This record gives sequence, C-alpha cells and structure tokens, in this order.
Amino acid sequence: MIHHPSFSRVCALPIAIFIGLSACSPTPQGGGISDPYESANRVSHSVNKGVDTAVLRPVSQAYGTVLPNGVRRSLSNFASNLDEPRSMVNHIVQGDLEDAAHTFFRFAVNSTIGVLGLFDPATGDFGLAERETGFGDTLAVWGVRQGAYLELPLFGPSSERAALGLVVDIVTNPLSSITNDSTEASVATFAPPVLNTRYELSDTIDALLYESEDSYAQSRLFYSENRRFQLDGQNSAESTFDPYDEIFGEVEGDR
Amino acid sequence: MDNALTRRYAILAGASGALSLGALPALALTEAGARALIGNVVADINRAINSGKTGGALFSDFEKIFTKYADVPTISRSILGPPARGASNAQLRAFSQSLTGYLSRKYGRRFRDFKGGEVEIVGARKLKSFLEVRGLVKAPGSAPYAVSFMVSDRSGRDKFFDMLIEGISLLKAERAEVGAILDRVGGDVDKLTAELRRLG
Repeated sequence: MIHHPSFSRVCALPIAIFIGLSACSPTPQGGGISDPYESANRVSHSVNKGVDTAVLRPVSQAYGTVLPNGVRRSLSNFASNLDEPRSMVNHIVQGDLEDAAHTFFRFAVNSTIGVLGLFDPATGDFGLAERETGFGDTLAVWGVRQGAYLELPLFGPSSERAALGLVVDIVTNPLSSITNDSTEASVATFAPPVLNTRYELSDTIDALLYESEDSYAQSRLFYSENRRFQLDGQNSAESTFDPYDEIFGEVEGDR
Repeated sequence: MDNALTRRYAILAGASGALSLGALPALALTEAGARALIGNVVADINRAINSGKTGGALFSDFEKIFTKYADVPTISRSILGPPARGASNAQLRAFSQSLTGYLSRKYGRRFRDFKGGEVEIVGARKLKSFLEVRGLVKAPGSAPYAVSFMVSDRSGRDKFFDMLIEGISLLKAERAEVGAILDRVGGDVDKLTAELRRLG
C-alpha cells in the first residue's frame, strides 16, 4: 500500500533531515503532528544542519561531480535492491500479499537480469516500480499511533512510531546476517542513496535548510504532510486546509 | 470573462454536446471545469519555462500566471493570518502584491528545474466544498511525483488556492514561513510586506 518509493526512501534515511516536518506545535493545522519535545528537537535540528554544512553537503557535491549519473544510479539501485527483502517481509506482515509478490518479483528480476541490483529493469521493462516499506509503515498498518514528532540526530525528521520502526529495520537488516563486517556493509548501502539524494535535490534542500525563516518548522511540516501522503495516498488530501472556512465571512464583507 | 473561463466553457460545451450556457448555474464548480482550469495553468507554466526567458522576465511570467488562475486575495489573507483582520485595505493590497512576487520567485525557481518535464493530469474529485485536480510530474531521469491543485469557486470564479507536492501543502508551508517572518518583524504588516519584496 505504500507506493511512493523515492520519497519514502528519502524519509527513511538520514537525508530525511532535510525533507521532513509537520505543522505548528500547539494546535497543528489540518491534523499535523504534535511536538511536545520541540526544544530538544530544535537542538537536534541545529546539529543536523551543522553536519549538513560541514560534511553531507560538500561530500555530496563531490560525489555528484566526480561520479557520472549512471554510476550513482547503479550504486543507489544496488543499495535499494538489498532493502527489497525487508520490504517484502513487511508487506506480508501488513497483510498486503499483492505488494509482497510484486516486491518478490522485482527483487528476483533485479538481482538476476539487473546484475545483483545494479540496474533496475523491473521498473523499466516489467512495470514493477519500487514499493518500499518498512517496520514504521507496518506499525501504522497495525494501528499504532504516530506519537510525537522527533527530529533524530543524523536521521532527521521522524516520529515516535517511525523511530521505533527505524530501529527494527536496522536490527533486522538482512545484510548483517550475510556479512561479518556490518559497518562496511552499512556504509556501502547507506551512503550512496543519501549522497545521491542530497546531490539531486540540492537546490530544494538548500532552500529548505538555509533560506527558510524557520527551517525547523518547515522540515516538520514537510515530514508530517509527506508521511501522511505516503501512508494514506489519496485520502491524505482530506486534511487539506480550507482557507475559505476561516475567512469566508471577511472576504464576503470586503467585496 | 477571461480566456480561461471562455476555454472552460468551450470544453464543457464540446464535451456535453447541446449544453447551453443558460442552463448552467452561474459558475458551478465541476470536475471538467476544474480540470480544464488546471490544464490551462500547466500549459501556461510549460510555455513560460520553455520560452527561453530567464531570471526576472521568467518570474514575471509566473507572477502573471499566478494572478490569473489563483485566488490571490484568499491566499493572501490566509497566509497573513489573524493580522489580516486589523489591516487596512491598502495594507492588504500591498501585502498581497509583495507576496505574489515572493511566491513567484521562490516557486518559479523550482519550476525552472523541471524544464523538459511534463505534467499529466490524472484525475479530479470533490473534497468538502472544493475540488482536487491530481497530476503527475514526469521529469527526465527521476521517478514521477504527485502534484495536486485545490480549486474552489467560493471567490465567485473557479480559482486554485493550494498546490500539494507529494502531499505537502504549499499554502500550509507559507502560512508557517510567513508567520515566522511576521514574528521576526514584531507583527508589523508593513515591515513584513517590505521583507517579502526582498525575499524569495
């Protein structure tokens, strides 16, 4: 049921630092996320911004400049292919067997014809676009509430529910069972997509982090809106803010 | 009656054959009408992006598109928030004008990145008192992503009042952002107007 691969990947990763956010804290607009830990979250936000300025942004620029697009894409494909078993298992426990089968065939095609996942013929030739999911989504499907907003150091915008999902995803990473050097394996699968996303969305992320009046509030809003969109798809638009309800009387009086 | 509406009726009339204008309620919001409106928005944005114009000239095109198709007075009041109630008409007009320029520069820069891309309108549906027109942005080399326009006729005409990118409402984002700028300038609407002229 989660069909927004590029964004869900982004938000599941540390790069989500730059993309996430919800609404204003005390009474969030349109069903936004509650933020009782705002002061601690703001500290994490400045740490994350500092890490971006000092490390992630410059390294991603170098990564994007040195490596051609095709190579970067393949490295990211390789990493996301290794996440497919996790997605499949989560689709199963969410009771979504269609997406589980879809993900299984995708993994089979890309691991073979796609040369160990370096290429993505499943999307290109078979119409099997990525349907990424993780334990945070599973908790949502199981009815666990989102809980409070959290901005995690290094991992970025999250929620109590999503943070628990992230921990489970990391612990159950299939890579840790097939290699003894899990740190190396983690870096190999973790770094390329993060660097690539930071590079490809460079202007948007720079604008959000460095040109916003309140980059913390914007990140929180982006996170909560996009997260709801990933989980509910079309239904998320039901929470659209209706400006006419708020000012209709005044607008009438003005004309 | 401006071009968008003329075209809207042309499409409506064409689609329904013998539908006469007299039979229509004044300006009833229909799915076909909302789709046609957003079709025009998208076509105008594409034309601007591919016109070869850059910088100020391009942003000024975006500003014209925004003024023509968006419910600018409602968006302005909503983004300004409670201070809109205490502001004079002159202050509101100045704020609205400055906001329009700010939004056109800020989001115009993002649109520019999608040169060569296209927006496919995939559906429309009614939500509460307005309509959502859903589209997919297909840019070369990246996965398609979802964009939605919210269209209402409560201003007296069919206009859009919000745009959602992958579920993220730009109206909500700007309410938060402009609210933060307003806090910084001590709640002074005139100072906010001056700030927005500079930013974006």
